[in-house]
Amino acid sequence: MEPKKKILVTGAAGALAKKVIDKLKKDYKIVAVDFRTKVDLGIPVESYKVDFNKRLFEDIFREHDFDGIIHLGRISAMELNRFTRYNANVVGTRKLFDLARKYNVPKTLVMSTYFVYGASAYNPSLLDETTPLKASELTMDLVDSVELENLSSIYLYKHPELNITVLRPCNIAGPGVRNTFSMLLSEKRSPVLWGFSPLMQFIHIDDMRDAICTAFEKNIPGVYNVAPDDYIGFQDAIKASGSKTIQIPSIPPSFTERIARFLKWKSFPPYLINYFKYPVIIDGSLFAKTFDFKPKKTLSDIFTYYKSLK
Amino acid sequence: MAKEKQTILNKIFNDSSVEEYVNVFPNRVGSQGFDAWGFNIKNMKNNMRLTKYMYENFFKVEAFGLENIPKEGRCLIIPNHSGQLPFDGMLVGYSLITSPYGARAPKAMVERFLPTVPFIGNWLSSVGAVIGDPVNCERMLENEEAVVVFPEGVRGSNKLYKHKYQLQRFGSGFMHLAMNNNAPIIPVGIVGMEETIRSYADLKPLAKLLGMPVMPLVLPYLFPSKVFIHFGKPIHFNNDVYKEQDITDRVNIVKEAINELLKEGLAKREAYNKEQKEKKK
Repeated sequence: MEPKKKILVTGAAGALAKKVIDKLKKDYKIVAVDFRTKVDLGIPVESYKVDFNKRLFEDIFREHDFDGIIHLGRISAMELNRFTRYNANVVGTRKLFDLARKYNVPKTLVMSTYFVYGASAYNPSLLDETTPLKASELTMDLVDSVELENLSSIYLYKHPELNITVLRPCNIAGPGVRNTFSMLLSEKRSPVLWGFSPLMQFIHIDDMRDAICTAFEKNIPGVYNVAPDDYIGFQDAIKASGSKTIQIPSIPPSFTERIARFLKWKSFPPYLINYFKYPVIIDGSLFAKTFDFKPKKTLSDIFTYYKSLK
Repeated sequence: MAKEKQTILNKIFNDSSVEEYVNVFPNRVGSQGFDAWGFNIKNMKNNMRLTKYMYENFFKVEAFGLENIPKEGRCLIIPNHSGQLPFDGMLVGYSLITSPYGARAPKAMVERFLPTVPFIGNWLSSVGAVIGDPVNCERMLENEEAVVVFPEGVRGSNKLYKHKYQLQRFGSGFMHLAMNNNAPIIPVGIVGMEETIRSYADLKPLAKLLGMPVMPLVLPYLFPSKVFIHFGKPIHFNNDVYKEQDITDRVNIVKEAINELLKEGLAKREAYNKEQKEKKK
């Protein structure tokens, strides 16, 4: 019997990574790392708490002969300060790619976000993967997300032997997810901007897990948006999830930003104000076609879940 | 008075006749009734009820040449732009949806600043408006949709009242789109919208302060005005010229066709006004 292939999963403490590990652990030997904590994922999974920028990180590569990396570990803009985030997300990822080259890891999947496109009134709909990434133009807090993408693209073309796949998903939602917009669906009262209900896309965490596993296993290098071709206005999504809205004044924009800074709500960060205003609708058709992917869970499934929490 | 208002509103929003038109919309909306540009079937029904009332009772629209609209397939509908607010787009859209020659559910390209205006941006996209980006237009033509484009933009819609029925500079983007996507152009002349909201000045410093392209000085009143819409014959342009000057010449052909339709509309309106005066006598 052929020995199981070994893969490294970063960001193991996150809900999505746990789901990915759970799905892949019967076919692969999993080594899980997270910068926050040593995650207990059961006996077959080796787990480490490690900082990518420390020399100790290389020991994991020396000890294990990896057949692939699933890089889900990213500090979100809600956590820590800009400098630490940049070091972890950008400099840390570079370290990861360099180690992957040094130890001949044949494939790497990197998780990005649709936030990189930036929310602007001028966005056309169905942004494809060639659309310029404008998020850093809007806020310094998303610079690390854009830089992580640029870095991945450079390694993708400069070092084809790494076989890098970058996934840019829309809003991930469902049990355990703690990103801004999923948190808003779970709250009893959620802030919205007066007079704005941007169109949004949501993908269920189980579908995103399947998208990651499929893209990793088929390994067709490139950059892909991951989103269903189903849409809903933000305020309608809040209502469908059984939440009530708190209307925040939307004009003038500087006043809205001041309110966000004053409130310091995790679910209404100043750097995401534009995402509460303007749609960022991505075209997931390339991913769907390349990997023969169709989400199984509907928007109604997502909203029914959040409604059941209330 | 309050009771009378209530009756009108009830009449508008309980009008079930618009349901038949909703079947016109291609089945491109998702599970929640939205398409990728924010069009929302529920809002559209209510909007159509209101538009029907305005179309029939307020603007008393008469539409001519609807037989020129292709029953299916991609096309660009190019009207003159006027009236400060996008009522002209609304009326053209309603004419197409209720056309006896084969209904079309059009998309309308709107000014890029409109999504920045609370409520207006959302409302417009929910009824089929899309920001005027060539990427959007190209995708919709690929979907074989009828797309309404106002090449004058704010130069036309927000011009001063003293410039009424004088076509302003046309952008050439629509011509590139028509040629690249092999889409016929249907010129449209709209008469009557210029008189509904009249702009007497453009308050440029205030517009700059609010980040708007224009700030018209208008009376807060919607003047009643009968509207005539003339749809012209489709014009086809092959994708065989490359110089911008040649494109501009082709844009001028469309402009001239619209001017002719405007003349027709103005003549019809004059005859109508005369008839009304005689009736009063």
